[in-house]
Amino acid sequence: MNTQHIIDALESVQAAILANESQIESLDRAIGDGDHFINVRRGCDVLMAMRGELVPLDPGAAFGKMGMKLLSTIGGASGPLISSFFMAMGKSVGGIAEPDRRQFAGAFAAGVEAIKSRGKADLGEKTMLDVLIPVSRLLQRLAEENAPLPELCAQLTAEAHRNMLATRDMTATKGRASFLGERALGHIDPGSKTCEVAITAVCDTWKETA
Amino acid sequence: MKKFVNDVDTMLREALSGLVEAHPQLLRVEFEPTFVARRERATDKVALISGGGSGHEPLHSGFVGSGMLDAACPGQVFTSPTPDQMLAAAAATETGRGVLFIVKNYAGDGMNFQMASEMLEIENATVLVNDDVAVENSTHTTGRRGVAGTLIVEKIVGAAAEQGATLAQCKALGDRVNAATASMGVAFTSCTVPAAGRPTFDIGPDEIEIGVGIHGEPGRRRAAQMPANEIVRTLLDAILGDLEPQAGRKVLLHVNGFGGTPLMELYLLHHAAGLRLKAEGLVAARSLVGNYTTSLEMAGASLTMTLLDDELASLWDARVHTAALRW
Repeated sequence: MNTQHIIDALESVQAAILANESQIESLDRAIGDGDHFINVRRGCDVLMAMRGELVPLDPGAAFGKMGMKLLSTIGGASGPLISSFFMAMGKSVGGIAEPDRRQFAGAFAAGVEAIKSRGKADLGEKTMLDVLIPVSRLLQRLAEENAPLPELCAQLTAEAHRNMLATRDMTATKGRASFLGERALGHIDPGSKTCEVAITAVCDTWKETA
Repeated sequence: MKKFVNDVDTMLREALSGLVEAHPQLLRVEFEPTFVARRERATDKVALISGGGSGHEPLHSGFVGSGMLDAACPGQVFTSPTPDQMLAAAAATETGRGVLFIVKNYAGDGMNFQMASEMLEIENATVLVNDDVAVENSTHTTGRRGVAGTLIVEKIVGAAAEQGATLAQCKALGDRVNAATASMGVAFTSCTVPAAGRPTFDIGPDEIEIGVGIHGEPGRRRAAQMPANEIVRTLLDAILGDLEPQAGRKVLLHVNGFGGTPLMELYLLHHAAGLRLKAEGLVAARSLVGNYTTSLEMAGASLTMTLLDDELASLWDARVHTAALRW
């Protein structure tokens, strides 16, 4: 994986987020406060705008730069969480020109760990971690097993989808939805939907290339 | 969506420009990154900085000035500001006596201010306001929200800071005011985040949302429309149950409108709440009625009560000169 692969993936994430606008927005209006999609879109836009600055950087430096930019752009709860994810990924692959699949899986796990500690949240709390943690575990296992790329991507996409749907039956103990108590039951968590959309977009881009 | 808007992306900048142009002797604004500060930097005092999503005006920018805040960091509508704003506001206002952040307890505000606090290289502390009794406190949740009681913390700590209190004293005072304060609100309508273009939640013409927050997020339960006295009873039952004041106690009663309810109804609420407090043997020694912690154009209101002692009453009475609060 090199920096160009990351930029390609970001482009498809942005397109996928835009394509899912109405669904993500309606989930957030049901149990959030209506700003999630706007914040995520602002994050995508600012990353797209800095593509040129990222090209000469190695993946670690590119992730770090994206994290700092997102921290000062997104705001809300997603700002610190998503930027912590990127900064931890950057630290994990720092100085490696082309991280291999195992190194990338390790970086992804470090990013997820950073979200857990910044948000003081874990599995089962109806947040994006309910998608990210199982996907990260599966990615590490498949990378260890050296699974063929198309299969790895198909499995990750399915895992993200399954776990996103499972947030429907959870009550929230973190974030705005926690104020709703049982009224949040029956609604998919918008953050986990966004993560599923992003993971699917990255997998679609990388299954043939990286 | 009917709003006064040219372009949703420039709304915040235009509104902040207008605020500062309306109060040129009092305020200045920076945009890279965004914060509102006193026109003149104060000398020899703890710098008080607050902030949060926009859409709650006059909170917090309207409370920047002598006797209250040194700076406010406005985020996008209902979206927490970012750490770079807080760092810039701290650098522009600190006088060598440290920085106190006053933060409403919401996940986003908490995390962004916490990152700023970690990154800031000068002595700083944070008061987390969580006065909303509609949300049950538990170690497993984000916990109670910070709502209209935030103004009271900012006013009282602001007075103490102006009088030369240390950072540790300001922090302890802020925590004490927060513990003595409880709020709860009711909404009649939702509100529309300009960038979203439609109401955050749906609510029927005869329904009310009890225990609503200040970001247009739904509250604890939906109920049928009821007389004002019954609404006041519901809110005060929860507030009094939380604060458990002894008879004879002096209290500050704050009736806060969410932006879409006429002042006439807010005064009606104050009357109803005053009768109930009297029946409980409490003395509404201080009052504040108006739209101070709003939720865009949401109709509805919240009641806030702070248990007073002589020190808190005197700090509340101290001179304040801001865009939205002055005496």
